[in-house]
Amino acid sequence: MALHISLAAETIGHIGPLPVTNSLLMTWVVMLILLLLALASTRKLSLVPNAIQSIMEIILEGLYSFFASVVGHHVKMIFPLVASLFLFIIISNWGGLLPGVGTIGFNELVVAEETSHETLVQEVKQETTGAHETVIPIEEEKKVTTAEEKTTTHATKFVPLLRGPTADLNMTIALALIAVIAMQYFGFKTLGVKYSHRFVNFHNPILGFVGFLEVISDVSKVISFAFRLFGNIFAGEVLLAVMAFLMPFIAPMPFLMLELFVGFIQALVFSTLTSVFINVALAHEE
Amino acid sequence: MDLNAWRLIMSGATIAIGGIFPALAIGMITAKAVEAIGRNPESASDVRTSMILGVAFAEAIAIYGLVTALIIKFV
Repeated sequence: MALHISLAAETIGHIGPLPVTNSLLMTWVVMLILLLLALASTRKLSLVPNAIQSIMEIILEGLYSFFASVVGHHVKMIFPLVASLFLFIIISNWGGLLPGVGTIGFNELVVAEETSHETLVQEVKQETTGAHETVIPIEEEKKVTTAEEKTTTHATKFVPLLRGPTADLNMTIALALIAVIAMQYFGFKTLGVKYSHRFVNFHNPILGFVGFLEVISDVSKVISFAFRLFGNIFAGEVLLAVMAFLMPFIAPMPFLMLELFVGFIQALVFSTLTSVFINVALAHEE
Repeated sequence: MDLNAWRLIMSGATIAIGGIFPALAIGMITAKAVEAIGRNPESASDVRTSMILGVAFAEAIAIYGLVTALIIKFV
């Protein structure tokens, strides 16, 4: 029995040359859920809405008035983007908490070179019995590796079939890139060529330097967006795993509630920050 | 000391030190927000939105520390 935590998403298969990771599979599930929700709620639109249409109307009206309070009259332009970001992220975050996600999987044979460094070092220490603690000859290390390879050819590693999409850094970087590129797109769409004065400005040296800083700040926004979402969701998964490891029955419950709240807040923060930054970008009309 | 011991110590130290200041910041932000809501209860929803944004910014620092600690521990 071991605590299974993996920083990166594991590959579970290939489509042609493209590796399919478990978080990519979960992303497809989330996309399917969103697609089905959209189809089910818009198939028979009517003035007197049926159950699912009225639920979606409540959610979208709430989002619309919220984003309208953030960006004012630009809300019509950016609402499709930020609302999709919100819905996608919240369903991804909550999907990662479903029972079965991260727990149902299969055991994969461990390739010898994938044995982690920690076990290698421990093995080496056992072999040398503390005689050479600091300096380990390379030959000896190799010998140990081959010895380990012999003994652990039948060892297996657990690979979950599904993993929360936002617990994978690739996904959050993609979302962050979408958000930051959309800021530039809406800027150029609204202000035209004048928008580029935000970055390249020769009117006076101070504004020129400010433009340089704006470039850096936009690049750092990608990193900050990506790591905030990834860090929160991944940390939540680690927290739940550790809690379930320490005390499997009652202890994880309050943390599950916390993670539901964190998933909602992070989706809200991501979309709100996107709209706030778009608003800032559109306000550069000097 | 060997590498494993250093990893344990440093990953613990990273999140411990990196958690102090975001905790202080979140406390200050929330204290001020509660004060503002107490003075002007009608503006509660506006204040709450700004507060959550500010808290998210402050919390992001702790999360960077946490990700760094996890990377030190597991990678």
